[in-house]
Amino acid sequence: MSKSDPNAPKRLALIASKGTLDWAYPPFILASAAGAMGWEVGVFFTFYGLTLLKPQLTAAVTPIGNPAMPMKMPFGPEGFQNINWPIPQLIMTNVPGFNALATSLMKQTFENKGVASVEELRQMCIEMDVRMIGCQMTMDVFGFKREDFIKECEIGGAATFLEYASEADVQLFI
Amino acid sequence: MDVIKEDQVLDCSGMLCPMPVVKTSKAIKTMEIGQVLKMISTDPGAPPDMEAWSRQTGNELLRSMQEDGKFVFYIRRSK
Repeated sequence: MSKSDPNAPKRLALIASKGTLDWAYPPFILASAAGAMGWEVGVFFTFYGLTLLKPQLTAAVTPIGNPAMPMKMPFGPEGFQNINWPIPQLIMTNVPGFNALATSLMKQTFENKGVASVEELRQMCIEMDVRMIGCQMTMDVFGFKREDFIKECEIGGAATFLEYASEADVQLFI
Repeated sequence: MDVIKEDQVLDCSGMLCPMPVVKTSKAIKTMEIGQVLKMISTDPGAPPDMEAWSRQTGNELLRSMQEDGKFVFYIRRSK
């Protein structure tokens, strides 16, 4: 319940600051799960997170400099799928198209396991009236225009988000 | 254990978080207060999630059990 109104539903305020595929999931999953529980949700998309508000999502992922990422193949017999391949950083940085390959494999892995795509999760958030705020400053800095983003989002700044977050029960930075 | 008669069945087999709670929430909204939804899930995270969801939304989780290797939940819409 918000600080000033004990009868209001719980509120979740998130900042989404990253635009890679692995970091696209947490804000939309948390927002839709909170929405499913009847909470009010607001997500502030800033810096690279702003790219998650484009109509066509092109988020990619890279294993370069990401030693925590498991490198498993989403196809083949079970024993093969369980192998965590040790690929040297030197190979990953020098083979053209490696990031595109890693992105495609990650999407396949998630699909195999039954996790919804980022597009589907975002659509569920829209259906649940999750407030999505695009950062005005980031837009100016990277030369984006209002038309570059989905119509369901609003544009605002830090003060807009902070006011919303000041009445939230859960405030998270992603 | 007595049998619960459900009014609607929602099969979320093969789906992982957050889909079980999101789809349950959507389905419950289409039902009358007092009606019972039977939700089936293969997600091991579903049992604790469904308990949290029912506490948060005020809907009653009548039973959480396993049947044929899947997780089965009976939820009554309370409001």
